[in-house]
Amino acid sequence: MSRVLMKGNDAIGAGAIAVNCRYYYGYPITPQNEIGEYMARELPRAGGVFIQAESEVAAINMVYGTSATGARVMTSSSGPGISLKMEGISYIAAAELPCVIANIMRGGPGLGNIAPSQSDYFQATKGGGHGDYRLIVLAPSSVQEIYDFTRIAFYLADKYRNPAVILGDGFLGQMMEVVEILDSEADDDYATGPEKPWATTGCEGREKNVINTLLMEPDQLEAHNWKLNRKYRQIAENEKRVVMYRTEDAEILVVSFGIAARISREAVDMARSEGIKAGLIRPITLWPFPDHAFNDLDSVKGILTVEMNTGQMLEDVRLSVNGRVPVEFYGRTGGNLPDSKDVLEEIKKIGGV
Amino acid sequence: MSTVLKKTRSLEDAALHYCPGCSHGVVHRLVGEAIDEMDLREQTVGIAPVGCSVFLDAYFDFDIIQAAHGRAPAVATGVKRALPDRFVFTYQGDGDLASIGMGELVHAAARGERITIIFINNTNYGMTGGQMAPTTLENQVTTTTPEGREARLSGYPIRVPELLCSLQGAVYLSRVSVHNPKNINKAKKSIKKAFQVQRDGLGFSLVEILSVCPTNWRMNPVQSIQWLEENMIEVYPLGELKTVQGVS
Repeated sequence: MSRVLMKGNDAIGAGAIAVNCRYYYGYPITPQNEIGEYMARELPRAGGVFIQAESEVAAINMVYGTSATGARVMTSSSGPGISLKMEGISYIAAAELPCVIANIMRGGPGLGNIAPSQSDYFQATKGGGHGDYRLIVLAPSSVQEIYDFTRIAFYLADKYRNPAVILGDGFLGQMMEVVEILDSEADDDYATGPEKPWATTGCEGREKNVINTLLMEPDQLEAHNWKLNRKYRQIAENEKRVVMYRTEDAEILVVSFGIAARISREAVDMARSEGIKAGLIRPITLWPFPDHAFNDLDSVKGILTVEMNTGQMLEDVRLSVNGRVPVEFYGRTGGNLPDSKDVLEEIKKIGGV
Repeated sequence: MSTVLKKTRSLEDAALHYCPGCSHGVVHRLVGEAIDEMDLREQTVGIAPVGCSVFLDAYFDFDIIQAAHGRAPAVATGVKRALPDRFVFTYQGDGDLASIGMGELVHAAARGERITIIFINNTNYGMTGGQMAPTTLENQVTTTTPEGREARLSGYPIRVPELLCSLQGAVYLSRVSVHNPKNINKAKKSIKKAFQVQRDGLGFSLVEILSVCPTNWRMNPVQSIQWLEENMIEVYPLGELKTVQGVS
């Protein structure tokens, strides 16, 4: 292990290279340009390939091609670019190809702005592209987690033959923090993926392999849809990840992910110091959503969801709570951060203080 | 007894779904023969488009990836960069390649990707029922140009190899036709040359193949061959638009 000062966007590249990702295709868009620039510099040194694609659409389709050969590959973008990639993401999910996609979210809709946001939650977790598919979505809240979750994302993508998303935001991408990084790939549990006998590499010594997403017969496509669904249920069973902070005796739960969760955590501490029993649920996997974190609500009077959007994860929280206790919302958008004092005020409102 | 003709190893023993008189069958055979003769089958990854030839994997006995509409050159790029010693080609129609996939095409050529593109020009969208393509001739009737393609409203036919000629990365660009045996033989030579350009690592290669679409042209196969000869070749002249020395 080495301790280095690193920018969030660079940590994505470092994490990817650490687990043997050798192919990156991307298109410039703020606030994630450092990822492509890092890869352009570092991948050739690692014997890999960087291509600045002519478009987001081309980039994701290059990912499709490289993933089909069995090699680890990634792309990255921000909201507007991710929208363009959605066609390709649907195909990659349909073809059950592993890859990693980082979305360093900016404000939307439309061109929005280049300031941080969490408003692509729906797009990442509810589909985004056409058809019935799911993406594994990991939400880091520090530069260390960006490095770690990127490595985990490659592992999960390979394990389930499914695209995995790192859903960060402009703050996380641009901030610098101290990160513990691995000195060699040999130390990394996630560095080696499974065998990929399905890869299209030329059929020497075997029957031909086909990567295809067209299933014209309704029974064929239905069988494929349910096969995918079984996989998604298996992922939901195995891979839900969540951090619970001071929740054991909590009467008020704050639910928040990514950078917003760091502010919410501070608000929880402030509430505790005032004698309010607050706790934080921080989903790590946004899909599969860690609904099990809401199983025991016996001591809970109310829940506050804090996001940098107008209420998206809120829907998953309400589904998980299923009406057992009131679920309120506090959000900031446009590049604004929630202030921990304002979150504290919202906590107090729920507590009737 | 000597063998005069044998089955093409790279082709599956499958009945084609293509319409009677369609050129796809002939071109599939030519591609298969070229791959066999150059001993490439086990090194090949073919990229299928969206369009009539989307079912490429049913007809070729080598690895196939089916791409989204127009994206085959980007997918091929991803394959070739990861596996530079394999043989990678795309097979695309005119709607797929020259309309929705123009960006991917031009930039794969500009980068000089070591891939080969087999480009079927039959002047219309076949699979969706005969709509106007970028290659539709002026005054040609299609389902979306019911009075004939009027340039003032719908623009002019795109000549793809000519368009790509200025790009340094595109090193072999040709246009052939498969409307009679003489041209079929020439087409095969050109396909093999394009493949050799890739094997030699020289850059991007593309062969446009003038093809017939009797069903959507509302003609019988014989009429469609005559129509191609009398109308298409004038707009799409045959020959090597750009070539390299030392490759045959």
